[in-house]
Amino acid sequence: METIQTDIAIIGAGGAGLRAAIAVAEADPSLSIALISKVYPMRSHTVAAEGGAAAVARENDSLEYHFHDTVSGGDWLTDQDAVDLFVNTIPTELTRLEHWGCPWSREWDGKVAVRPFGGMKIKRTWFAADKTGFHLLHTLFQTSLKYPSIQRFDEFYSTDLLVADGRCHGVTAIEMRTGKMHAFQSKGVIICSGGGGRIFPFTTNGGIKTGDGMAMAYRVGVPLKDMEFVQYHPTGLPITGILLTEGCRGEGGYLINKDGYRYLQDYGLGPSTQEPRLKAMELGPRDRLSQAFWHEQRKGRTVKTPYGDMVYLDMRHLGEKKIDERLPFIRDLAKSYINVDPVTDPVPVRPVIHYMMGGIHTDINAATPIKGLWAAGECACVSINGANRLGSNSLGELLVFGAIAGRQAAAYARSEGREAKGDVARDRAAAANARVAEIFRRSGGKERAADLRTSMARALEEGAGIYREEESLKTCCSRISELRERYASIEIEDKSSIFNTDLIYTLELGAMLDIAETVVYGALLRTESRGAHQRLDYERRDDVNFLKHTVAYHNGSAPPRIDYLPVIITKSQPAERVYGEAAGGSVEQ
Amino acid sequence: MSEVRTITMEVLRYRPERDSDPVLQSYRVPCPQEWVVLDALDYIKNNIDSSLSYRWSCHMAVCGSCGMMVNGEPMLACKTFLREMGDTVRVEPLLNFPIERDLVVVIDDFLEKLKSLKPYIIRKTEKPVEEGTYLQTKAQLKRFKQYTLCINCLLCYAACPQYALNTDFIGPSALALAHRYNLDSRDEGYAMRQEMVASHEGVWECSFVGACSEVCPKHVDPASAVQQMKITSTKDYFLRLLGGKR
Repeated sequence: METIQTDIAIIGAGGAGLRAAIAVAEADPSLSIALISKVYPMRSHTVAAEGGAAAVARENDSLEYHFHDTVSGGDWLTDQDAVDLFVNTIPTELTRLEHWGCPWSREWDGKVAVRPFGGMKIKRTWFAADKTGFHLLHTLFQTSLKYPSIQRFDEFYSTDLLVADGRCHGVTAIEMRTGKMHAFQSKGVIICSGGGGRIFPFTTNGGIKTGDGMAMAYRVGVPLKDMEFVQYHPTGLPITGILLTEGCRGEGGYLINKDGYRYLQDYGLGPSTQEPRLKAMELGPRDRLSQAFWHEQRKGRTVKTPYGDMVYLDMRHLGEKKIDERLPFIRDLAKSYINVDPVTDPVPVRPVIHYMMGGIHTDINAATPIKGLWAAGECACVSINGANRLGSNSLGELLVFGAIAGRQAAAYARSEGREAKGDVARDRAAAANARVAEIFRRSGGKERAADLRTSMARALEEGAGIYREEESLKTCCSRISELRERYASIEIEDKSSIFNTDLIYTLELGAMLDIAETVVYGALLRTESRGAHQRLDYERRDDVNFLKHTVAYHNGSAPPRIDYLPVIITKSQPAERVYGEAAGGSVEQ
Repeated sequence: MSEVRTITMEVLRYRPERDSDPVLQSYRVPCPQEWVVLDALDYIKNNIDSSLSYRWSCHMAVCGSCGMMVNGEPMLACKTFLREMGDTVRVEPLLNFPIERDLVVVIDDFLEKLKSLKPYIIRKTEKPVEEGTYLQTKAQLKRFKQYTLCINCLLCYAACPQYALNTDFIGPSALALAHRYNLDSRDEGYAMRQEMVASHEGVWECSFVGACSEVCPKHVDPASAVQQMKITSTKDYFLRLLGGKR
């Protein structure tokens, strides 16, 4: 095993990891940074975000509005101190990205353009056509190249955090090119490893979104928070689940059922107006829109296709010019993957797993309960998203809290100043190495990772989808428990060292099974309906018993131990979420 | 489900710990008509041979991971439809890069070249963030926007005849990205990039075959970027002869 000494180790080099690395480098250029990722930075899934990033930018907008949209959008499960910090900081962060070269779309006067987004009272979503995540990621990656203190370890798969005495001393990672285990001994570790949407079968998430960092933190005792809240995006393409951005609706696209009817007006989001209205109809929040699909399906008003039931996203009335200027990638994706041109035909879509509101429990400073360990981005739960994230708040979140995590870790590394505890880190790294070696060398096992992965995804879809109930959740819990047992009998066929994806996929599956269990147990015990967590057997929100965060603790081979934490409420008392006529305003303001 | 056709996938395998040379291995794969090459590779990985290694992630042609040679052409595996191909499809690692294993190639060279071109905004004085964003007109954005679209998939390097002859050539994607920053109204780093751009391994190595632009899945057109840079480099040269300065 090779040992690498560094001041700060960052796991994941997507938007949050790159932003954190730059923040450390700017805070103190003398601190050494190891930026560790299982893929090259530009492959990270931030790349796939399309629609934009919300930040108050206009005279008619206010931080208060963004705050209230986010808190009510999250069905009051957000921590309001974190939301306050977030909405206050994000305009600066997006401006910084602009200075770093992000090619934001512009108005005629040269100012950054904004578009409307779901659940937002004012249009405030900055965008770079319909590839905002791509541009944000590449801008951060290219900018990161100017800091000599950022040393990248591309294609290193992190396996274990080195934790002893309540402190994190580093992380172990497999160099995929050689198969060699490396121990990164560091004063601080920041986890920026993204979500785990791949626990479900039909998802917008890339293959790399396997919850590795969440599981790593969970196994060393950090609780995972609010994991039962998993977002369905209302508009995914059939077969692949490719995302069609909310920007399609922000630009004026309609959702229609098999009769050509804009069905959202039947679900408290109307009235149906020709011109888009903010917080109404297609610009409602994602949870409500995905749930409306489910009801339409029950009523037999969806479109039957060989790839399942669909509704249509109709953008024909936007015209070719607008679609090509604002949504060129969407047009290309729809034409290429399902042979439908949005200029001439409505596009079949259905809800698709998109984002995990839950994640590694952190405080407002992105700090976990373990000293020297921070988390930011989708892998973390601060929480600003509560029970339902608003579209265009996630790119902002990874910037704001990535930067905070970086600055906090830098300050910690400087003030601690003491030697990393080499002996403790060495012991923990040896244990991690032994754990992985056992999985790698095991022979005589009868299970295959690919089969277990398929079973897991099916169990989650059947048991913990848009609507849930006790019986199906219980079945799902036992299926996941059984799969965790069977995981111990996996035999990896490929025994080679160099770029062994058989080994990596198996380790990823271990992470996915761990986090999947926190999703279903959290969902089983939350006997209410709130945001993205909807129970058929408990249809109402229950603020008396469940205005609280779920925290799931790792419990060995047994199911997680579930506990709860209070929600931080500062100025917005829980109320009815209001969308539709009462909430909306004209988009043109 | 739709019609399923069984095809033969010939995949170039190379496991350096046991193979002295790369060898083609054939797999029979039942393909629904909506499948892309990547789906067929996943089928092999999950059902026939778990040791097959390749890079992939987004399955929507934006992460740039899955560039490979398909029937001899550099393609993104996630956007290359099998229904448009015959009953035998050959898949090989990207040309012009060392093979790390199977379909995985070593791309260190590209990353070093990219870094050497300083692909970031360079200012003589930084604008404080409190002063807000720069104004940039739609026309100013349009000047460089196309060159921001590069996903670093490196199909252009696999197609480039010049890079095939001489891997010292900086190559299409990295040069296009340098050009992107040179054209950005917020940037003042032209002179600092020019040393590399106009060097022996820079734009002058390009013989303007244009293969890079033909294979680019994002229509970045690196060939035009390189041609434009040749023109500005030539102007610089004559200005210097005349004792002027850009």
